[in-house]
Order: sequence, then structure tokens, then C-alpha cells
Amino acid sequence: MEKSLNWREYIITRAIKASGYSAIVFVLLIFFFLMREGLPALGEVEPASLFNLRWYPIESYFGILPLITGSLIVTIGATLIAVPFGIGTAVYISEIAPRWMREILKPLVELLGGLPSVVLGFLGILVVSPNLRILLDLPTGLTAFTGSLLLGGIAVPTVVSVAEDALDAVPRSYREGAWALGATPWQTIWRVTLPAAKSGVLTAVMLGVGRAIGETMTVMMVTGNAPVLALKLGSLFSPVRTMTATIAAEMGEVANGSVHYHTLFLIGIILFLISLTVNVIASSVVFRAKKRAERILS
Amino acid sequence: MMKLFARNRHSVQRIGYSLITLMAVVTVLPIVGTVIFILFKGGSAISWEFLSGFPHDGMRAGGILPAIIGTLYLTIGTAVFSVPLGIAAAIYLAEYAKDSALTRLIRLAIINLAGIPSVVYGLFGLGLFVLFLQFGTSILAASLTLSIMTLPVIISTAEEALRSVPQSFRTVSISLGATRWQTIRKIVLKEALPGILTGIILGLERAAGETAPILFTGAAFFLPRLPQTPFDATMALPYHLFVISTQVPEMPIQIQYGTALVLLVFVLTMNVIATVIRSRARSRRQW
Repeated sequence: MEKSLNWREYIITRAIKASGYSAIVFVLLIFFFLMREGLPALGEVEPASLFNLRWYPIESYFGILPLITGSLIVTIGATLIAVPFGIGTAVYISEIAPRWMREILKPLVELLGGLPSVVLGFLGILVVSPNLRILLDLPTGLTAFTGSLLLGGIAVPTVVSVAEDALDAVPRSYREGAWALGATPWQTIWRVTLPAAKSGVLTAVMLGVGRAIGETMTVMMVTGNAPVLALKLGSLFSPVRTMTATIAAEMGEVANGSVHYHTLFLIGIILFLISLTVNVIASSVVFRAKKRAERILS
Repeated sequence: MMKLFARNRHSVQRIGYSLITLMAVVTVLPIVGTVIFILFKGGSAISWEFLSGFPHDGMRAGGILPAIIGTLYLTIGTAVFSVPLGIAAAIYLAEYAKDSALTRLIRLAIINLAGIPSVVYGLFGLGLFVLFLQFGTSILAASLTLSIMTLPVIISTAEEALRSVPQSFRTVSISLGATRWQTIRKIVLKEALPGILTGIILGLERAAGETAPILFTGAAFFLPRLPQTPFDATMALPYHLFVISTQVPEMPIQIQYGTALVLLVFVLTMNVIATVIRSRARSRRQW
């Protein structure tokens, strides 16, 4: 009896430890399979052709620059929307709102995070883009701007929840100190609480950007899917094509193992590396801030 | 002078507060608006035939049963893989792991998994499950892909729930002669259950609404019958909504709104259940 208990305990402990490492295994597996399917593209497509200004796979034009600029312009637009509104909402929830309001707002923002992106894309097609077309007097409502607008909404919950955690973590004594010195609540937020939560807020912004650049369905549905180089400000109001949308739209139709197939995986590698960079930087910012806080407190 | 400054200070305060409040309102209103709009617009499409019938006439008529069933299958399939693995990983991090370089690496890996774009998960699933392991475009391949995507949500919320159980609970249990695993299973897991459940539901909610990861791993444009085995492809609500709103010309708008409504209700229900479990657990907590 005693012995079988020990055995069971041993096996379960082993299994739990093995599961603990699973996250590392999966990241490596994802990286390996992306490389396996994507690296051949570097041999098949000439490097010069990859930086061509045309993405037209049927005629073997594999220029990924238009896709990269497309992703960039949509993401920048989304960030410009998500960051102020996200941080503003976080400040409201954490510093201003009465308790009952907070209890309503937090689940609501979480709800936005849970809305399927395809539903937002659907509304984008049917409601947002026709109205924008009329409002801004454009030839089509399916533009980078429409994408930015919806993507901003998708990135907001990420920004809000991370920034709000950061604001919550600021010790109450900081605020009390500021009030005692005669600062108004607004001055306290602006000059004490927000600066104290700076690193967490920065993380929120980075994770929001990461969320925006990786979003697929909404951008595919509302940005018009035209792979043209988007460098001017005016490109914001014309159709573009992002990296994510290109993969999603074309992978279903390519032959496995073709040049086109490998190139789509190559784009996947780029996206993977971008998200890796964003997340490593974001978490190292938090880590450093924690270290500094420990130094100050000790 | 002092007085002027003081008044200025307070008007800045008023303006600042109004601005922040306005921002919060502008952020939250569209969420409420979206939900109400779809409930309102889609409501008239909902009928028993719509929920229990197969699509016909090139999906321009009939119901969406195969898509509903498919999303249920995918959600259950995702749960089968991600729940045990996610809870085990959380137990490791909360109860066993020391603060070592390896543990930090695991945390970094989890953060990275959470940040990888959903379409990249789709590529990975295609490369590993569909082609390399030869599961084909199937419920199995799609569920596995979705479960890896769901894992970081489950791990981090479950770990947080486990950590919130006071250390004294463990000490008492061990001192009464229970083994470490008995303590975890009968004391810690039991106390952390509501928090873990919330994480699971929120993770599955995301999986149920995702389209990009299943595009090339398991989603079918149209199937005349329900999938019979895990190796069959399946229709799914999010993919179906994508198809009928972009790929099918002259699609009746009613069916589109109806499909969006069913998907939204599916996801909202899970969201509400998670919120209720969490707030009830919070208010009941004695420690």
C-alpha cells in the first residue's frame, strides 16, 4: 500500500515536471517547423527578388516589402488609437472610477478581448467601411485606416489590462504623499502614479503593438487586400495588404512544397521573430523594473 | 496670484478628469454597441430551422447546424489537450519550480506562446500536425493547434489561482501526514478550482472564436454531413462567418447576421460564466 502510493506519487511528480517544460518545447517546435518549411524559400527565390516592390506570386514576383509596409502602416495606425484610449481607460478604471463602475468596466473590456476577430471584421465590412467611405469621400471603404480603426479596438483590451495592473501595483503611499503635498488628484495621476508605473505602461504598449501586428482575420476582411507599397501618409486611406492577411488568404490555394508555399512560411518566420522580439523586450522591461523596485525598497 | 494658480490647477483637474472619463466611455460604448447591434440585427434570423438545419442553395439558405456542431467539437477537442497539460504546467510553476534560470526560460516561453500571431499557429499546425504527422486537414489537427495557442492563457491564470492559496493550507496538510501530491490534489487544487475554471473557460472562449489557426488545419468550406471521426475536416462558426461574408456572392444579409449572432452568443455565454464563477469565488473567499 505504502509502496504503491510512493510509485504513484513519483510518476505524477515526473509528469507534472515534464508538463512544466512543455511551453519551451512548443516554442522550439514552432520555430523548427517554420524554419523547415520556410527556409527553402531563401534558396528558391533570389534575395533581390524578395525585396522587389511587387507581390504577384502567379508571375513569380515575391517582393515582401509591400506586405511589410502594409503591416506597418496598419499597426502604426492601430497603435495611435489603442495607446491613448487604452491608457486613458486604464487610468479611469484604476484611479477615477468608483468601485461599482470598475466592476462593470473590467469585464466589459475583457469581453472586447474575447470578441472573435471575425465578428469585428464582419461588422467592419457591413457597417464601418461603408460609413467611412461616405464620411471621408473615398473610392472604397476597405482601407488601411479602416483596418487601423478596428485593430485599435482589438489591441485596446491588451493595453488596458496590462497598464491597469501596472497602475494598481503603484503603492498607495505614493499617491497619499502627493496629496499631502497639496497636489490635485489629476496632478497626482499625471506626475506621480503614471511615471511610477512607467515600465508597466511601456510593456502594455509593446504587447498592444504585438497584438495588432499579428491580428489576421479583421485586417484580411477590411483592408482591401491590395499588395501595394504603402509609404506615404495617403496610403492610410487606400487598400493595403498585411503579412498576416497574405498568409491567411493564399495558403489555402498553394501547392505544398511550391516556391509560393515556402515564401508564405518565410513570412511566418518574420512574424514569429517580430513577436519574439516584442515579447522578449517587453518582459525584460518588466524584469528590470522589478529589480530596480527591489533595490529602492531594500 | 496664488488664487489664480489654484483656480487654474482645479480647472486642469476638471478638464483632465473629463477627458479621461470621455476616453473610457469612447472605449466601452462600441463594445456594448456591437453586442446590442448584432443581437438586434441577427435576432430575426434565428429559428429552429436555422439552428438545426444544413445549409443549402450554395449556403444561401437553410441552417448552420454543421458549423455549430463543428465549433463544439473543436472546443471540446481543444479542452481535451490543453486543460490537463495547462493545469499540470501551472502546478509545476506554482508548487515545484524554484526561481532558477530554467524557470525564467519557461516563463519567457509562455509569454512568447501568448504573443505568437494566430495565423503563425495555423502555419505551424499545417507543418507539424497536418503534413508531418499526417493527420490531414482534420478536427484533430485543428484542436491540437488551438490547444497550444490556448495553453499560455490556462497556465498563467491557473498558476495565479494556485499561488493565491495561502501557504498555511499546505503547511497544515503536510504536517498532518499528507504527501506533497495529496496536498496539491485535495487541498490546493480544490481551493484554486474557481480561478482555474475561469482561466480554462476564457482560454476556450478564445479558441472557439478563432479562425486563422483552423484555416489550413481543419476548417471546411462546406460539408454535406457532420464529421464522423476526429480525422474528418469540419465546418466551424467563425470560419463559416468569414466564408459567407466574403466568399459567397449574393449572400442574404439575414443569414450573415444570424451566424454572427450565434457565434457571439456562444462566446458571450462562456465569458459570462467565467465572470460569474470568478466573482462568486471572490465574494465567498474566507481568507
